[in-house]
Amino acid sequence: MAQSLVKKIGVSLEINGEQRQVEIRPADTLLYVLRNYLGLTGAKPGCLNGDCGACSVIVNEKVYKSCIMLAVEAVESKVTSIEGLSDSPIQKAFVEHFAFQCGYCTPGFIMNTHAMLLHEPHPTYETIKEWLSSNICRCTSYQEIEDAVFSVIGRDK
Amino acid sequence: MIGKGIPRKESLDKVTGYAKYTADYETPDMLHAGLVISPHAHAIIKQIDISGAVKMPGVRAVVKGENLPLTGEELSDRPPIAYDRVRFHGEVIAIVVADTPYLAERGAAMVKVQYELLPVVNSPSEALRQDAPLLHPNLGEYKKIQMVYPVPGTNIATLTKIRKGNMKKGWDESKVVVEEKFAFRPSDHAAMETRCSFAQIHPNGTIEITSSSQAPFLIKRLIGQYFNIPPGYIRVNTPLVGGAYGGKSSTQLEILAYLASKAVGGRLVKILNTREQDMLTSPGHIGLEAIVKIGSTNDGNLKVAELLYFWDGGAYSDKSIDLSRAGAVDCTGPYNIENIWCDSLCMYTNHPYAAPFRGFAHSEVLFAFERTMDVLAKKLNMDPLELRYKNAILPGHTNPTQVRLTSSTVGNLPKCIKKLKEIFNWEEGQLIELDDERVRAKGISCIWKNSTIDPDASSGVILSYNTDGSINLISGVIEIGTGTKTVLAQILAEKLKMDINDIHVQMEVDTLNTPEHWKTVASRGTFMAGRAVLAAAEDVIHQLKSLASFILRTRVDDLEVGYGKVYVKSDSKKYIPIKDIAYGYSFPNGNAIGGQIIGRGHYMFSGITYLDKETGAGNPGPEWAVGAQGVEVELNRRDYTYRIVRAVSVIDAGKVLNEKMAVGQVMGAMSMGLSFAGRETFRFDSKGIVLNPQLRTYRPIRFGEHPIYEVAFVETPVKDAPYGARGLGEQGLLGMPAALGNSLSAALTVNINYLPLIPELLWKVKEGG
Amino acid sequence: MLAANIEYYKPATIQAALEQFYLLKNKRKRPIYYGGGTEVLTLGRLNLIETDAVIDLKGIRECQSFEFDQEYLITGAALPLTYIEEKNLFPLLTSSSMGIADHTARNKITIGGNICGQIFYREAVLPFLICESKAVIAGENGIQIFALNEIFNETLQLEEGQFLLQLLTEKRYIHLPFVSIKKRQQWDTGYPLLTVAAVKVEDQIRFAFSGLCPFPFRSRKMEDELNNLQLPLKERISRALLQVPSPILDDIEGSKDYRLFVLRNTLNEIILDLEGK
Repeated sequence: MAQSLVKKIGVSLEINGEQRQVEIRPADTLLYVLRNYLGLTGAKPGCLNGDCGACSVIVNEKVYKSCIMLAVEAVESKVTSIEGLSDSPIQKAFVEHFAFQCGYCTPGFIMNTHAMLLHEPHPTYETIKEWLSSNICRCTSYQEIEDAVFSVIGRDK
Repeated sequence: MIGKGIPRKESLDKVTGYAKYTADYETPDMLHAGLVISPHAHAIIKQIDISGAVKMPGVRAVVKGENLPLTGEELSDRPPIAYDRVRFHGEVIAIVVADTPYLAERGAAMVKVQYELLPVVNSPSEALRQDAPLLHPNLGEYKKIQMVYPVPGTNIATLTKIRKGNMKKGWDESKVVVEEKFAFRPSDHAAMETRCSFAQIHPNGTIEITSSSQAPFLIKRLIGQYFNIPPGYIRVNTPLVGGAYGGKSSTQLEILAYLASKAVGGRLVKILNTREQDMLTSPGHIGLEAIVKIGSTNDGNLKVAELLYFWDGGAYSDKSIDLSRAGAVDCTGPYNIENIWCDSLCMYTNHPYAAPFRGFAHSEVLFAFERTMDVLAKKLNMDPLELRYKNAILPGHTNPTQVRLTSSTVGNLPKCIKKLKEIFNWEEGQLIELDDERVRAKGISCIWKNSTIDPDASSGVILSYNTDGSINLISGVIEIGTGTKTVLAQILAEKLKMDINDIHVQMEVDTLNTPEHWKTVASRGTFMAGRAVLAAAEDVIHQLKSLASFILRTRVDDLEVGYGKVYVKSDSKKYIPIKDIAYGYSFPNGNAIGGQIIGRGHYMFSGITYLDKETGAGNPGPEWAVGAQGVEVELNRRDYTYRIVRAVSVIDAGKVLNEKMAVGQVMGAMSMGLSFAGRETFRFDSKGIVLNPQLRTYRPIRFGEHPIYEVAFVETPVKDAPYGARGLGEQGLLGMPAALGNSLSAALTVNINYLPLIPELLWKVKEGG
Repeated sequence: MLAANIEYYKPATIQAALEQFYLLKNKRKRPIYYGGGTEVLTLGRLNLIETDAVIDLKGIRECQSFEFDQEYLITGAALPLTYIEEKNLFPLLTSSSMGIADHTARNKITIGGNICGQIFYREAVLPFLICESKAVIAGENGIQIFALNEIFNETLQLEEGQFLLQLLTEKRYIHLPFVSIKKRQQWDTGYPLLTVAAVKVEDQIRFAFSGLCPFPFRSRKMEDELNNLQLPLKERISRALLQVPSPILDDIEGSKDYRLFVLRNTLNEIILDLEGK
């Protein structure tokens, strides 16, 4: 078996409020561990290069691209993936404002927006741009996402 | 129900991370494949040494390309795995199958290939040269289908001709003539989901493939055709697709997944493209070089158009043949021109080959044609909007393939232009000087598009009732993000006068149990599958009425279906709830009749014909969608930077079925068009190597770089379409490159005929830098 | 995803990091220091960085400090760029930092990682070059302090086993008038065509550049020409352009000639801005 070829280490990760024991290679990214070992496939691979933001998750209230983070770096941290988010205002707003089409970038956008609102509940347009330009959406025009975000903040652009 | 902005049916899955795409399926028995790809654009393969990879623990097989059939949708010119020669950077040379993705990747790195470099064909014009290296010396021997006209001994994969009217007459009547040249390189779809396929071969020989595809039924057909497998032994599944834009309608990765599975005794093998492979190895967006020459009278009546299109189809012709044909069919803008001559050549180059791209060759042709229209307007000293209005194509005119148009087939372009004029404040002037450096400039483009689809393309729908009277809707349309399946539910809800929440749509497609929908391309989902839904609804209505007439003891034609009931038209108190008969009807004494009601419907276009080889005459597709678009920029004339302020589309939608989704489709397409026009291109070095196969160097537009979008519709119904709706998924994109080019050309009073429209290009053209 | 296997260590002290490095070295491993790790992961997956052991510096307290002492602003090498931006103790650095990559990525990218990276823009070093900061470096010989302008020559000249611990910037530089500009091929995303950081120190403007050459640099020769008030501005810039080190980048982001055009415009903007102050 391949597993015997690889030195794996046992780590404990706190993901969406649950302690998860998992055997990982130290070279494994957090994205790989979430998807391939834990079956949490909400974070998406889009580039594995830190460019597109589809794999964004929250670690200790900060948003990270999980493809450019080793899973071992998240030990002793609280990891929240899209699966850990339910009924948040931003999820609802994305539906109401048609802020996605294919939906592939959506978990990343939602996690990033959620992290932004945790950090700054009333961001300026500049701040929103600063944060959300970390992700690529190829289907919408971004105007829909902008509308969704502003609806949650409760004001117009 | 029709027209309403109903959120898409799969909304909650998509905002919670529960929506599953192909790569999200993973099982412990799954093996993984890594691809070995060519670092060269053109080379002889001297040797492939797989010994290192084969010896690696965890590697289960290494697949090479000898003895495989040639593939290609219209012309069989492509070995699925290169074995004697590579023709583009990124071409697959071997597949390594291993226990895990990282072992597969390591194995792939262990495969050593020796090459002998060949001279490179780096553009269509280079491909045309007498002394150009020939990419396909055996071009004359390749298998092909109808309407494919390769020129053996050259790099021309196909030549499509349009000959309409009398060119001499056209030039004689023209007092003003302009000629412009255009060029842009291939680029990419850059869907956020990279392509992924997995395949296994069951003990009885059934090949089961799951793939992120717009065309699972095509995969089934082509795999069968290439490898001589009866259709019943191929099953293709498609879950939700993470963006496609045409790029996932080609069959490519699926063939590799099948070959990989075959190499390991039919075990399940997954291939997930890296972003780099998705951009290089899988097919991308076609490039073009064009020469457009048009003539008009002194008062601006277009008389003649002579067009040369040289498509950069890349190393293999696959779908670029069809693209070059579509570019010929709509080779002009949407104008009444009696004399047209067009040669559209699909050229082989040592570039990644092409898949369809949203708009199917139209944004490309329109960039060339609509830029030339502005050049003509300037020479005529005429308002460019006025020039377009004056020549707008109308019912009664003929298109380049000589089809006589009707209001149903061509819609109402003048109305779109008028509406654009108003929304876009055209009256305030095309140029507004803001200060001594900055200027605001507007550019416009008209658009049209027919969908050149297979004459026998069909779509089917199955409806089945649940015991509570709700319905399951099964269609072969793929949910690629366009929301078509939600629109189908709306059409059904309207037809059966029922609550849309009682319609359960199967999002996934499994070719074993889903009726075929040709391909989810060409903005045809709503038209074809919509008609199939209506036919299937008629079928269930007929069944419900038959059963109800027996129970209610009335004539079938006195009955009506709606609101969860079958009722007597003249006495609505006399009815039977559908839930009581949806699974058959049980009499009080226990006798029962009927059974689960299952409806079926299908639709196939009629009247589409092949095009004549010498003149191109023929009916290419069901209808045109037309529109008018505008882009406004704010440009700094000192440093040539600009930002896009506003983009406007007015589109004849026939009928808007779901307003919010329709607007979303148009805005999304506009965004993609501006991104393509403003920044996207593959950058090739002199050896044909793509220098930017990553999203950090190939950069789609981002949040905050976007302008304000405005979308308006005109509604001129199409006779045969559900509720009169025209295709809508692509139109928003079509005029964006031309309108952006026109705005910048106006701002700088210079002709900018290349893409992408980056400040460096503007500087070069203006200052000759 | 890194296909290769690696070992991961996260020492808590400078000493432990150095010991780990030499221990691995003695085992014939190829250890590298790891800050944010974004380059290790992105270049590693393309086999452009080869390593079998990473030593994460984020556990070392000194690498995480961001504060003023008597004389200096201390900037720890393992600080994420967004942390530096949010604290905003050094506005010029904040401004230069905000142009790098994107916001989410900057939660991970560290300042030391950017300065010591293989990707040749290394824009985070520009403010330190023009503020004549000092580099605190840990190595076999203990902790040493160097003038950054001496030890940074295209790259930070570290010897095997050394790592950047902190940067020290004299307080007097922190609130001087500055400009930081990033020009890209198109709009607001992507690598620089040109990034310039400039600061006005006693009527002299200092400049550092990234994206012009395949390395970031500060050029005294260019500064001399640009500060020569005897000549008209256009002339000063033209003369400075002759002093640009070679090679000037000529790549997919922009041609050499275009970069010089952008440089000319940008210098003009900066000088008009700062000389007015």
